[in-house]
Amino acid sequence: MAEIKLMKGNEVIAEAAIRCGCDGYFGYPITPQSEVMETLMAREPWKETGMVVLQAESEIAAINMVYGAAACGKRAMTSSSSPGISLKQEGLTYLAGAELPCLVVDVVRGGPGLGTIQPAQSDYFQATRGGGHGDYHLLVLAPASVQEMNDFVSLGFDLAFKYRNPVMILADGVIGQMMEKVQLADYSPRWTDDDIERISGKWALTGKKGRDRHVATSLELDSYKQEIFNHKLQAKYRLMQENDARHEELHCEDAEYIFVAYGSSARICQKSIQLCREQGIKAGLFRPVTLYPFPRVPLRALSRRVKGFMAVEMSAGQMVEDVRLTVDANVPVEHFGRYGGVIPTPDEIVEALKKQIISAS
Amino acid sequence: MTVETIDIIREENLVYRKTPALTDNVMHYCPGCSHGVVHKLVAEVIEETGIREQTIGVSPVGCSVLAYNYLDIDWAEAAHGRAPAVATGISRLHPEKYVFTYQGDGDLASIGTAEVMHACNRGENIVIIFVNNAIYGMTGGQMAPTTLVGQVTSTTPYGRDVKLNGFPMKITELLAQLDGTGFVTRQAVHTPLAIRKAKNAIRKAFENTKKDKGTSFIEIVGTCSSGWKMTPVDANRWMVENMFPKYPLGDIKDI
Amino acid sequence: MAKFRGAVVVDAEKCKGCDLCVVACPAGVLSLAKEVNGKGYHYSEMARPEACTGCANCGLVCPDAVITVYRKNIQ
Repeated sequence: MAEIKLMKGNEVIAEAAIRCGCDGYFGYPITPQSEVMETLMAREPWKETGMVVLQAESEIAAINMVYGAAACGKRAMTSSSSPGISLKQEGLTYLAGAELPCLVVDVVRGGPGLGTIQPAQSDYFQATRGGGHGDYHLLVLAPASVQEMNDFVSLGFDLAFKYRNPVMILADGVIGQMMEKVQLADYSPRWTDDDIERISGKWALTGKKGRDRHVATSLELDSYKQEIFNHKLQAKYRLMQENDARHEELHCEDAEYIFVAYGSSARICQKSIQLCREQGIKAGLFRPVTLYPFPRVPLRALSRRVKGFMAVEMSAGQMVEDVRLTVDANVPVEHFGRYGGVIPTPDEIVEALKKQIISAS
Repeated sequence: MTVETIDIIREENLVYRKTPALTDNVMHYCPGCSHGVVHKLVAEVIEETGIREQTIGVSPVGCSVLAYNYLDIDWAEAAHGRAPAVATGISRLHPEKYVFTYQGDGDLASIGTAEVMHACNRGENIVIIFVNNAIYGMTGGQMAPTTLVGQVTSTTPYGRDVKLNGFPMKITELLAQLDGTGFVTRQAVHTPLAIRKAKNAIRKAFENTKKDKGTSFIEIVGTCSSGWKMTPVDANRWMVENMFPKYPLGDIKDI
Repeated sequence: MAKFRGAVVVDAEKCKGCDLCVVACPAGVLSLAKEVNGKGYHYSEMARPEACTGCANCGLVCPDAVITVYRKNIQ
């Protein structure tokens, strides 16, 4: 029986974590995502499902607690916002290097530095390029609604365990703070020891009993073995691209101009499309749902029959690079961005399309 | 004579041998390194108390990063200084397990100060083994937070100068101030007697986990003969003469 | 009073010749061999086996756990 509630995006992350059987959340307060831990602490899930919730002394400690919990084959997560996510990069590269699954929620705010507490999408590079040192990637999901904040928690854990790789939900302050109607998931039980043995029995730290010892490590002193490991990671990322690149299209069937936008920018673009069509401009929206792997195949297919792409981001131009890397070179790709915590209006997006692409061609 | 020796070497006369909780891998440590003895003591305690299947270790960055090659238990290898946070994650999700970190002075008392302070302050039900040899061994003998005043290292080539580098950090005394620690002690492994005492302390620490007595913290003052540029025998002597006055042995807290 | 005789077996190939067991032995049983092992270390060996009481101090202090000790009551 579906339970429908009016909730904030950040609160939903907490609720979804409890309901999907998450084992542990480790966090540190930072605006605009503090409601995640506040909601968890108020809900006291340890009384209900046994889920552990702990306020760590820093973002660094929190992600390393996740590392420890994830190494045990548990479903562990953390959440933060941009400056805090920068601090977590060390832990994330170790998690990727040790092939440990976990979920990280990034409710992005404007930067650089301490920046602003207002929403932004200026951490696309950090999220999709790995963020920390070494050749690695996170699998990155970009929710555009409170409902997706809910849905992507469970999906994120599934993908994390499918690939033994950290998964990031890249939201922004708009999605985190906004209230919407959400259909909550039914409760799933936390994994039992038997479940963990079945799912992660080949690597999880459960105590060495009747088997060789398990070691969660990212260290390999032999360069040739390290290279083999790097090949393995690259093969995994190719599999992600083949099997789990996700996107949505809106009014693309007859579109001549396509907005490419994710998260809250994609919502704003929906209004821009309506304004465009009122003015006789056939516009559509391509929304990457996974930012890594970037949905290259469908976007490339679209590029063979449209007149131009406008990447709309709350950044100075980051995702636009992936769009340019994807589409045919003879199709114009332009970028329109507002940043520093400023949210673009539907009108200025339409004006930018007209000025930068339609008039220019 | 030879016949007699052969006569003695029989299973029924065995009094001491490598514990099965240690693997057969040859340790990468330099000759005479204290880490080997400490590894052995931890392994012996784990084996003798029958908790090998319930124990998870967390190794640091530093010389003992590869500790997981030597103790035959499950391990997580942590980022530099973060072992207490990793151990927290493991212990909170596996409250019935024996979880310990094994860290050196650079890892624990420098880059990992925040993590160890707060793990101890929360009273995480873990054991922390802290090997203090007053130097960064793995990276080639640089100054550690515990390097003695005047001690020559590769980054204090004229000796540690307090004006430039501050003072040797007695982090064990600091941690004993925190309400979350139940057992805080400083030991050494330079003589058979000291080794027996250190082993008793390690055993007690793991027993404390079972009793849920908060964080047990064991500092082992050790040597780094390569970093100190001495023979292992001279290093032990130097440790007694120079390290022990600053880092006196004995229990600091036991509740 | 019981009288004990001991014997020490050193895994010579794994011994690093650190000398700590030699110093720890109260009876002066051990010394470093003139020969070296495969890694070039002068490994520890029983130079005076008749003096060994099997106290196991050498085993205790050995950082590489390469010493096995036996002890027999010979009275």
